[in-house]
Amino acid sequence: MPESSLDIFPPKVKDICSSSIECRPSPLRQSSQSSLPLHRNYMLSTFCTEKNVQECLSHISQEVSSLGLPPVWMESGGSSEMNVVAVLNCIYDLIQLHRRGLRTLENMEVEQLKSSSNLDYLQLTSTQLKEQLELSKRENTGLLERERQLQLKVKSLQNCLKNEKEEVQKLQNIIASRASQYNHEMKRKEREFNKLRERLNQLLVDKKEKKQAIDVLNNIGRADGKRSLWKTEKTEAKHEGEMYKTLLSDYDIRQRELLLENAELKKVLQQMKKDMVSILSSKKPTLKDDQHQDDDIQADLEEEVFDSSKESVELYCVHAREKLTNSIRLQWRRLKSHVERLDNQASLAQIGRSKNTDAVSRETHEEEMDRLKLEIQQCKDFIQTQHQLLQQQLSSPYDEEKASLLSDCYMLQEKERFRDEWKTLEEQRKIFERERRNFTEAAIRLSHERKAFEDDRATWLKHQFLNLSPFADSNKPQMSKSKSAFLISKTEASAASAPEKLIKRPSDTTSPTPRCVPLTSPSTAELYPTLCLVPENRSTKPKRLTEHVEESSNFLNGNVPAQHKHWNDREDHSSHTLTKEKTSSI
Amino acid sequence: MNFSEVFKQSNQLCKVSPDGKYLATCVQYRLVVRDVSTLQILQLYTCLDQISHMDWSSDSLFILCAMYKRGLVQVWSLEQPDWHCKIDEGSIGLVSSRWSPDGRHILNTTEFHLRVTVWSLCTKAVSYIKYPKACQKGIDFSRDGCYMALAERRDCKDYVSVFVCDDWHLLRHFETETQDLAGLEWSPNGCVLAVWDSCLEYKVLLYSLDGRLLSTYSAYEWSLGVKSVTWSPSSQFLAIGSYDEKVRILNHITWKKIAQFEHIATINNTKAVNEICPPPVQVPVVKPDPDRANPKIGVSTLAFSSDSRYLATKNDNMASVVWVWDMQKMSLLAVLEQTSAVRCFQWDPRRPRLALCTGNTKLYLWSPAGCVSVQVPTEGGFQVQSLNWHCCGETLILLGKDQLCLCYMDTDQEDK
Repeated sequence: MPESSLDIFPPKVKDICSSSIECRPSPLRQSSQSSLPLHRNYMLSTFCTEKNVQECLSHISQEVSSLGLPPVWMESGGSSEMNVVAVLNCIYDLIQLHRRGLRTLENMEVEQLKSSSNLDYLQLTSTQLKEQLELSKRENTGLLERERQLQLKVKSLQNCLKNEKEEVQKLQNIIASRASQYNHEMKRKEREFNKLRERLNQLLVDKKEKKQAIDVLNNIGRADGKRSLWKTEKTEAKHEGEMYKTLLSDYDIRQRELLLENAELKKVLQQMKKDMVSILSSKKPTLKDDQHQDDDIQADLEEEVFDSSKESVELYCVHAREKLTNSIRLQWRRLKSHVERLDNQASLAQIGRSKNTDAVSRETHEEEMDRLKLEIQQCKDFIQTQHQLLQQQLSSPYDEEKASLLSDCYMLQEKERFRDEWKTLEEQRKIFERERRNFTEAAIRLSHERKAFEDDRATWLKHQFLNLSPFADSNKPQMSKSKSAFLISKTEASAASAPEKLIKRPSDTTSPTPRCVPLTSPSTAELYPTLCLVPENRSTKPKRLTEHVEESSNFLNGNVPAQHKHWNDREDHSSHTLTKEKTSSI
Repeated sequence: MNFSEVFKQSNQLCKVSPDGKYLATCVQYRLVVRDVSTLQILQLYTCLDQISHMDWSSDSLFILCAMYKRGLVQVWSLEQPDWHCKIDEGSIGLVSSRWSPDGRHILNTTEFHLRVTVWSLCTKAVSYIKYPKACQKGIDFSRDGCYMALAERRDCKDYVSVFVCDDWHLLRHFETETQDLAGLEWSPNGCVLAVWDSCLEYKVLLYSLDGRLLSTYSAYEWSLGVKSVTWSPSSQFLAIGSYDEKVRILNHITWKKIAQFEHIATINNTKAVNEICPPPVQVPVVKPDPDRANPKIGVSTLAFSSDSRYLATKNDNMASVVWVWDMQKMSLLAVLEQTSAVRCFQWDPRRPRLALCTGNTKLYLWSPAGCVSVQVPTEGGFQVQSLNWHCCGETLILLGKDQLCLCYMDTDQEDK
């Protein structure tokens, strides 16, 4: 295909050319190919040579005719002479064509430039417009946003407005009701004022004024029966005092109640704290981060111990109270977190169905439950059997012997013990009795001996006196006097017995001797205090005394020694009785 | 339950003596004294005019009959029917008359509240107290009868005077921080005085017996305030009912609010209903006319049971309902809905039993175990308008418009 020189022509020409040439392959193909790069240059007859003139001629004529120009060569005749005019015309036409072509090319180039510049310009403008579009889009969204916000604001303002309107309405209602209330009060006051005015008028007009008076039939007493008091400073002070007393007692009562309440609450708090600490410390193994909690719990326990030792007095101090409440709060927080953790674990167990850790806890829980149930059952059975036995016991037939036996059977051991104790006590009592008797006997003997001694002494003294004084007989008539005299004689007799005793037993009764000078009854009367035993009994038992008097009067006639002896007997007897009396009086 | 026959009475004046033995009633200008158990007429006294007010003295020996129009007070003796006493206030008029706690003095408030005259029946002596305040509750005696608190108003300021009832010696006189004092009440233990402002300002002040201000409580501003105030018998709680349909409970240690009871129209609590309806129950609400003064809204009546365990309240919006609150749990215990507006309710002085009436011929009783309604068996229909318990808790006195009837309870009254 000859593409060389024909390339510069417009594609249409090229097509025509190529189509026309197709039927006849050009001999210049190779040469045209090699001259491709030189297509602009003026080509030197490479197309036509002397050999192919005819072909070239025909070819050219074809080409020219295809271009629309009159034919160059006609194949009539055998002459190869060309029509020069035609050829020149043809060439001129071709040149014109060529020029036209060039012009169109120029125009086209210009146009292309124009269009490319237009294109650039358009591209530029398009980018600019795109940017503007972007910008305006952004602005748009911004504006939309603002609009939305403004709408929200509008809504809220509308709400506010509504609220304010409602408030205004409410306030107006309030004002209205207050106004109506005020009006009502005003009217009432005005009515009252009018009444007052009328009354005043009436009073001013009325001549006689009815005075106040009270008319009571008779005064009645005060309700509490007391007389009414004058109003003095003392009563006023008393009233003040009573008022303050009432107030104080009321405050006292309240304070006591509050103290009790406080103490109760503190106890409850302490208890709660203990419980919480114990719960938390028992749950230690299940916690993961128990180290630090361990320490805390330990510290708490120590604190706990310390606290309880301080007792309630310390708890009244503000710091102790704060400490208590703070520690309660801390424990409570821990307990709460612990419970939350347990809850989470439980929920995880439900979701994840992990059996290991939670199943263990659940299982242990179930085991615990079963154990407890079993325990409960056992206890119930136990109670049942007990009840049955008790019922049997109560409902068994009433057998007398058995009942009496049974009724005593619980007490047998104790009864035996009591019996033994009773025996021992009895024995002891007997011993005591014996000893007591011994003591009394000894006392009796002692008194006897003493009496005897006294008698001896008395007789010895009497003897002495008798020997000393010339008035030996003066005593005798006194012996036969009345009771009192008899008393004296008796004492004399006893005094007589005393020296004998004195002789028998040397004793230290020397007191009567300094007083031996007066020998009349006074002297013997003075012996009374020394013979302390005898006169007391005599004075207390006058009846017996008379008996004794009568008894002993029988023996008055005898001699003194005989008397003495008899006296002794009698004395013994009487002293016996006397001592008996004495012991009985003991 | 037994009902006595119906007797006449006028002016709802029918009172049982403090010792519980006698019943005094007024019929026009006559005073009739009956024995409570047999209802036999024991004494009959005639006054000079229609009796406006009647009251027993604390020792149950004397009765005062006040005739406000005539300005007269007549005192009668139960022991000596011939004994008479007449107090004439003269031109100064009479607005109220009451006994002193010792039963030997009579306090008369003159017309226009010009002064309070204290008449002594023992010595015929007279004392005057100036500037008493004309308010809802201006005078209160402490429960032990030792002190009297009187509200005064001088130079547009409120004061409280505390008197010793023995000799009327002025113990304390102090100004209160109220705009317009509406009432005062001693606590049952006699150590604290609660003072409250009028409904235009919610303010409750607590003063100690010696005049020191212990605490002030104000729940809110501007809206109508306190409507009713009552102490619990143990002096532990102070219940304040207000126009906002709530009851606020203050405790006696800190005087701060420990509970607030709301009377809401829809009740969701399952155990609380009288008619055994399924929850939620809608309670009928009547909206009051906002333009009128003293609107029928808010908690107007409060009553503690004698053991302080229960509080019965009535909200004027829902006038046919009585609310019973449990003070231990601080929650609603029961809602007693009646067919018409509840006119009167009162706790049994011995046990937690509430009697209420609505103006029809029935008597309603409620206790934590259950409730019962009884028809009063009289011909001609006896409209129960108010009721009073006898101090022993076994008898109820029912008052109609101009009739009265006694109701004797059996000891076991709990049936559903």
